[in-house]
Amino acid sequence: MVRLVKPSIFFMALIPFIWLLLKVFQNDLGPDPAQALSIETGEWALRFLLLTLAITPFRQIFRMAEIARLRRMIGLFAFFYASIHFLSWMAFILGFRWLAIAEELVERPYITVGFLAYVILFLLGVTSTNSMVRRLGKNWKRLHKFVYAASILAIVHLLWILRTDVTEAVIYGVLLVILLGYRIIRKLKLNFA
Amino acid sequence: MIIKKPSDIKPSEITPESVYLNRRDFIKNGTKLIAGSAGIASSFTAMAQEGDALKARAPAAMRRTPPAAWWAAKFSNIKPAPDSEPYFTSEPLTPYEDVTIYNNFYEFGMNKADPATRSGEFKTEPWTVEITGEVAKPGKYDLEDLMKPMDLQERIYRLRCVEAWSMVIPWIGFPLADLIKQFEPTSKAKFVEFETIVDADSMPGINSRFAIVSWPYREGLRIDEATNPLTFIAVGLYGSYLPAQNGAPWRLVVPWKYGFKSIKSIVKINFRETQPNTTWNDLQANEYGFYANVNPEVHHPRWRQDMERRLPQTLLSRRVIETQMFNGYGEHVAHMYDGMDLSRYY
Repeated sequence: MVRLVKPSIFFMALIPFIWLLLKVFQNDLGPDPAQALSIETGEWALRFLLLTLAITPFRQIFRMAEIARLRRMIGLFAFFYASIHFLSWMAFILGFRWLAIAEELVERPYITVGFLAYVILFLLGVTSTNSMVRRLGKNWKRLHKFVYAASILAIVHLLWILRTDVTEAVIYGVLLVILLGYRIIRKLKLNFA
Repeated sequence: MIIKKPSDIKPSEITPESVYLNRRDFIKNGTKLIAGSAGIASSFTAMAQEGDALKARAPAAMRRTPPAAWWAAKFSNIKPAPDSEPYFTSEPLTPYEDVTIYNNFYEFGMNKADPATRSGEFKTEPWTVEITGEVAKPGKYDLEDLMKPMDLQERIYRLRCVEAWSMVIPWIGFPLADLIKQFEPTSKAKFVEFETIVDADSMPGINSRFAIVSWPYREGLRIDEATNPLTFIAVGLYGSYLPAQNGAPWRLVVPWKYGFKSIKSIVKINFRETQPNTTWNDLQANEYGFYANVNPEVHHPRWRQDMERRLPQTLLSRRVIETQMFNGYGEHVAHMYDGMDLSRYY
């Protein structure tokens, strides 16, 4: 079944990207595409990150072993959207002025936090190949536990930017608490069982 | 997805760039057409266009009908912008459709397109303005009466938002100093305070549960800032009447300060001896100062201030440019801040 599901999910995950691309080329994002682009891609990165974290609880609760095989792909989509997010910030907001970019990364806490999350996603992305999994052995699992840190940092990044309407960030935050809480409770249960 | 498309502008109504670029020819040739198609007001418009030298006009399809007949009469005689700084800049104008769709006017909603798409119920006629405080002639005035002695002129100014984007806008209006003279301020009038209208029925952002502002929106200037020749009251843009989203019927334009100082839809002007509270300063004093002069050296906690995105940006033309001290108007305004530590009085 995964053989069919996986490609269809792949194309579904590309829809937001294609949609954005079309809008960009039609100049349809309004006079300030920087804002629209960074908001959209940032949100999609976070959504895919949460989706990645939902795979394991879903698999355990519904005993669907095969969906574990979707996890890497969905995780890579989080990395993909985060990369466009980061790139559009550098290009549209800071016009590729490298000194300014470096300053922003260091001096502005909400950006530092977002960047740290991105660095983690980057490391997880480049170590996601089969050969890297083999080569890193036990360390691979240790390294990839950092996805939890990345997701917390991403939520902090989002909450920090918002000025007014925090509804959406709160929804994502609650989802993350559930996803992480599930793991903690399960771990405690296993330890004491 | 939360990107919203302004639903009330049909693609057919948007002027193609080629037409926009040839607007002056179009206006010359189209005078008869316009006069024939837009009723009474158009005769004034047509008059205005004889020998008309306005630098910029709203695209014909987007031109607005006057809120009342006296507006059309007033707009029939506008002095064009000069050809030199500071009342003019040769930088490319931000197109009319961008100036009128990308606005911060939280009374209509938090999203940039909200003021344009959610202001249909907003009425500007009649418009009463209350003048209070340290003046010889306080009172409630009709905007029509206040504007009677005013001659309209065009000015092309840069507008720099604290959010690090900017536009170039051809305003129509008059110097604030000329208005202030009418009320004969006393020697105690050291500051001028402004208030925006609060009309919950026509401004859907007022009762929004996300509203963080305690209305009315307030802004203020020192009296020397208010009477500086650059400080302007706009009643129109692109040769046409101000749309609601841009602060109809009249709004302040202070080109060397961040956009939030340029308060919209003014109903109250108060002259006072002490510095007034202002909306953003009250909300976040460490982020928004009273002076709010454009200053590339003082960064805002959220936004870098030494560069800006000149709108409209596109994928191929990102137009990220350096921000200038006092938004490029230093020669005419810097003297007002001599001896002040601008990193403290930001």
